[in-house]
Amino acid sequence: MARKVVITGLGATTPIGGDVPTMWRNALKGVSGAHTLEDDWVAKYELPVHFAARATTPATEVLSRVEAKRMDPSTQFAVVAAREAWADSGITEVDHDRLAVAFATGIGGVWTLLDAWDTLREKGPRRVLPMTVPMLMPNGPAAAVSLDLGARAGAHTPVSACASGTEAVHVGLDLIRSGKADVVVCGGAEAAIHPMPIAAFSSMQALSRRNDDPEGASRPYDLGRDGFVMGEGAGALVLEAEEHALARGARIYAELAGTSVTADAYHITAPDPEGLGATRALKAAMFDGRIQPEDVVHVNAHATSTPVGDKPEYTALKAALGNHVDSVAVSATKSQMGHLLGASGAVEAVLTVLAVYERKAPVTINLENQDPEIPLDVVTTARDLPGGSIVALSNSFGFGGHNAVIAVRSI
Amino acid sequence: MASNEEILSGLAEIVNEETGLATEAVELDKSFTEDLDIDSISMMTIVVNAEEKFGVRIPDEEVKNLKTVGDAVSFIANAQA
Repeated sequence: MARKVVITGLGATTPIGGDVPTMWRNALKGVSGAHTLEDDWVAKYELPVHFAARATTPATEVLSRVEAKRMDPSTQFAVVAAREAWADSGITEVDHDRLAVAFATGIGGVWTLLDAWDTLREKGPRRVLPMTVPMLMPNGPAAAVSLDLGARAGAHTPVSACASGTEAVHVGLDLIRSGKADVVVCGGAEAAIHPMPIAAFSSMQALSRRNDDPEGASRPYDLGRDGFVMGEGAGALVLEAEEHALARGARIYAELAGTSVTADAYHITAPDPEGLGATRALKAAMFDGRIQPEDVVHVNAHATSTPVGDKPEYTALKAALGNHVDSVAVSATKSQMGHLLGASGAVEAVLTVLAVYERKAPVTINLENQDPEIPLDVVTTARDLPGGSIVALSNSFGFGGHNAVIAVRSI
Repeated sequence: MASNEEILSGLAEIVNEETGLATEAVELDKSFTEDLDIDSISMMTIVVNAEEKFGVRIPDEEVKNLKTVGDAVSFIANAQA
């Protein structure tokens, strides 16, 4: 019998709130975190996209000046969210050799990398900061969280594009089940609202160009969807072996019942149109958690609002849940906060845990004309979830054909 | 050309910016590593910022000889002379 793993701490800093209580309040209300960018580089480089969903609270307002200057913005977000999750868990004493970190990023320290390249070209090699490498490395967020909390049972960085945050939760579950750790701080962080990634995502026609209506641009499942909206921030969860949590009388939000990761091996960016990889991921996570389709009441969908991406997820949900898919309350929270890339799965895991704990499904905004090919029961006003034992799923898919799913069960 | 006092106060500002240490803590007899707890990466950042501020060049092989704040002030003063 595998060790049971529970969730005891939550943290987040996002475009709809700089902490978990604020984010959750807004997620139930239905707000948009997307706004026109005021930065002069939008006009300077004639970017085709003029808006994004910035974190409401700059990390530099939370961290000290000296802390912040040694961290890439992605790492700053990670530390802010991880500290909130750790404080929320109420853990006061822990065996640091049994405490691990699994913290993801999709892109890594892109601001640091490109600032250093500018400095090299404009001022020469002597002016390139000595902290450049530790700041740009993709394991920077995991390393900083490990250093901050004294986590010595390994600091892991799963990188799978937009599935990274969910894969980090998957890694966390494995670390505890396999006995390598008793407590894991897992999550994901991203800070890529920079002209280069905006230009690159625009080139591949992935971003919405609804420049005259940023708040209405992220519209998963709507016939008018035309791409995703760049977001930024971080989400963090404290996972704990159940016996460890019970021994200290912890407040337990929910059980992390099962997780899975699969790969499409179909195309480097396009999702498998039949959603076969996503279907295998859903079925594997449900098998892992001994979950029947009828147990599932809620799905936090990946649903990025791209024309090609939203439908294969429906196909996969239908294949994994059968006709029960019609009875599941589906929330597409990227409609509110945009796409946090490598952080999205972590933030959505936090929302999924809260949905199970509070028994409420968060809101999908901007759904005006639902795509008839995606006949899901989409939550457009906050909805109560049933009592009794319930399960919620959260999906994430990433460029490279990565599929990751977590299943959260009520306690 | 700056006086030794001006170099000390300029250096103290650079150290404060990098480490958060109070400028008053940056005194001539203080060791960068032992007293001020400055690691090698921070030291290199301080060196590069001092080069720009005082218009001098501090060769990498010299940095290990700058054990105290006073060593750095003397080096910069001589380099400016």
